[in-house]
Amino acid sequence: MSRFAFYLLVGLLMLIGVGLTAYRHISFDVPWVPGAQQKVWDIEAQVAFTATGGPVKASLALPENQKGYSVLTENTASSGFGLSYLDDLPGRRAEWSIREAAGSQLLYYTVTMLESDNATPAAIKRLPAPQEVSWERPYDTAAAQVIDQARERSADSFTFARELIKQFDNQRQGENARLLLTQFERPELMLRLLNEAGVSARLVSGLSLEDGRRRQTVSSWLQVFAETPQGNEAVDVDAADGEEINTDWVLINPETGKQGEPDNLLLWEGRGAPMLEVEGGVNSRVSFSMIRHNEPAAVAVRNKLANDELLNFSIHSLPLEEQALFKTILLIPIGALVVVLLRVLVGLKTSGTFMPVLIALAFIQTSLVTGLIGFLLIVATGLVIRSYLSRLNLLLVARVSVVIITVIAIISIFSVLAYRFGLNAGLTITFFPMIILSWTVERMSILWEEEGPKEVLKQGGGSLLTAVLAYLAMNNPWVRHLTFNFLGLQLVLMAFILLLGNYTGYRLLELRRFKPLTED
Amino acid sequence: MLSSWLNRWSRNWTTPGALRARGVVGMNRRNIGYISKYNDRRLYPLVDDKLQTKLLCQKYGLASPEMIGKVASQFEVERVVDMVRDHAGFVIKPAKGSGGKGILVIEHHDGEEYVKPSGARITRADMERHVSNILSGLYSLGGSPDVALVEGLISFDQAFAEFTYEGVPDIRVIVFKGYPVMAMMRLSTAASDGKANLHQGAVGVGLDIGSGWAVRGVQYDRPQFAHPDTGHDIFSLKVPQWDTLLELAAGCYEMTGLGYLGTDMVLDRRHGPMLLELNARPGLAIQMANGEGLRKRLELIERQPDGVPVAERVAFARKHFSRSKEDVANVGMAPIAD
Repeated sequence: MSRFAFYLLVGLLMLIGVGLTAYRHISFDVPWVPGAQQKVWDIEAQVAFTATGGPVKASLALPENQKGYSVLTENTASSGFGLSYLDDLPGRRAEWSIREAAGSQLLYYTVTMLESDNATPAAIKRLPAPQEVSWERPYDTAAAQVIDQARERSADSFTFARELIKQFDNQRQGENARLLLTQFERPELMLRLLNEAGVSARLVSGLSLEDGRRRQTVSSWLQVFAETPQGNEAVDVDAADGEEINTDWVLINPETGKQGEPDNLLLWEGRGAPMLEVEGGVNSRVSFSMIRHNEPAAVAVRNKLANDELLNFSIHSLPLEEQALFKTILLIPIGALVVVLLRVLVGLKTSGTFMPVLIALAFIQTSLVTGLIGFLLIVATGLVIRSYLSRLNLLLVARVSVVIITVIAIISIFSVLAYRFGLNAGLTITFFPMIILSWTVERMSILWEEEGPKEVLKQGGGSLLTAVLAYLAMNNPWVRHLTFNFLGLQLVLMAFILLLGNYTGYRLLELRRFKPLTED
Repeated sequence: MLSSWLNRWSRNWTTPGALRARGVVGMNRRNIGYISKYNDRRLYPLVDDKLQTKLLCQKYGLASPEMIGKVASQFEVERVVDMVRDHAGFVIKPAKGSGGKGILVIEHHDGEEYVKPSGARITRADMERHVSNILSGLYSLGGSPDVALVEGLISFDQAFAEFTYEGVPDIRVIVFKGYPVMAMMRLSTAASDGKANLHQGAVGVGLDIGSGWAVRGVQYDRPQFAHPDTGHDIFSLKVPQWDTLLELAAGCYEMTGLGYLGTDMVLDRRHGPMLLELNARPGLAIQMANGEGLRKRLELIERQPDGVPVAERVAFARKHFSRSKEDVANVGMAPIAD
């Protein structure tokens, strides 16, 4: 190919890329920098169940405006089902219905929530009255004793609830607590005990929001009301925590007894009603995918409306689960660029050309320090075991397969050990790409035999340095924002890498290597 | 503090401008400007497979070590003993090996015990296992199945005895479009464990294209004036039969069609220069050994027309790439004949 055609191609790619990027910025107001805008969450609930063949009615609780979040838009997707939104008590619900359905069914509900401090929660019209609870023997006496003990140590409903949960703490469980836990689920047990003691409370479902998560489930929270619902007096509980407490209710974690709502908790269902009810189906479950953007709220709405427009070629038109996946995939070219820069401009040696990018992707999941320690542990242990294998004179494919099994064994052992020692970070070691690690061990081992440990350190160090730099580039919030929101930048990246592939100048490390040539 | 840091920097690092002034070719330029431009990928197998190179040499009449035989399948392994019965010394090497890996040198044997140059003895079974390992791809790139070559032993020229430790010193000539452009000799040392690999500690000696005299020696990329083990003065080294050697190297261009080629040769006591192997991606260390960049020479050759006979190309190179004026004068007046 002639030089002219090459530069024409590069120029064209550059032009289209910049054009697409500018178009998205101008027409859709997508900002260049993250953070300055409001955060918008796209959350997708996926309802799955197996229909038994007759009429089906599925009812899903829907989120409402609440402290910290307000609803922007909502959509549903469900082929063949009739749908209605029910706004009457308890809470908002979406109800899908169909006359006849069989086999596995998938229903989708997508909501865009705006993260904002001045969202107005829906007013609570009346308090749930404590329900009558019946206990069988011997649970009744156990419940009574637990309640008495909590009452002695508490001053009001909130402190009572906390003292109550404290008795079920894993370390301090009494005999009564242990007996009760054998019969009831913990969140439900707490609710029963509170009701038994005459405290207004209900179980609500909260979703922890975390960018790019898929297949998440909701967790149960206890919403406990003050004894005097008329009181607008400020309840100064747990002030040290800095948590702003609503005047008439608090959220308490039924597992830990910790009071107050975490920052990223969205109350999906806040009325004490079940999350999902399915009639005419079995094995029903609901799972969530979520993704965060930084853009003006108006843009989020407009993006939704402009889905059909052809030129608005963006990942945002995909289902959320795929979007979350693409958030990572679109970062890989950045990692590749780092590798090209380091190899062509610096002259760094790595073991396996793009292995560092995959390691960097693993680092994103594990966090840097844990990832580095995990990587070094796996490769070092793998090398020791591989050095024994080399004495067995095996064929290559068999040898690498044995190394793969070894690497999996190492990862399992480290995970178990880390868990035993209470290092939960150690569990993320499973994010490492095992086949790639095995080839790394194999290559390093051959290198050790042929060129000695010095070369292993050199290439291993080069690979790790590349991986860390690629990680830093890929984990940069600005880079993440740009790659995800401006697909046109991928073309610009490609043009840039094409140009780099044409670079005939010296590499940085050659300035050192060839230094003796310049002195005479 | 800044000045001491700058000082350290300038002692170890140079600038792109200084390298360019010296005409140093870097990796990127070698890959784009020479290898991918002048070496057709289709032709790579001719040099990556030593068996093919060997057959080509026989076809084109280029001198290379005598081929005793080849072993292509495991059931032929036992034939090696018969093959070498009438040869005092021999070499077994993998056809697709690289960097000198998997080469077994036997100086003499009695049919049961085989003696290596270091004096170590191996049994017939050891030798057969080595051949079997070669066949299963232990030494080939990517571990693909390979063929074992059995060649006659080279008795290297005594002129070099004092310049080497254990291994055979070989001569690398870069041949560009058929013109020999730069040459060096690689001397194995104790540090390189008898191997002629520069990055493992072998000494690289730049050779004057005009005369075959040593111009400079380097070990680990730093200047070296005497062989580190024998203590012999490197500048007293002169390669005999230099013209024959350059013609052998230059002839590889017609043989392979590869424009940018590294030719590795040895001097045999009886048969003179012999081609050991070819390399389609020769390294850049030869510039360090010569203390000079390749760029100016390559650019001069790029301006030369195609289709010039071998002898003329060698004469051209000896005239233009010579270090001393006297040599130029010599070559200019009468072609050197050995």
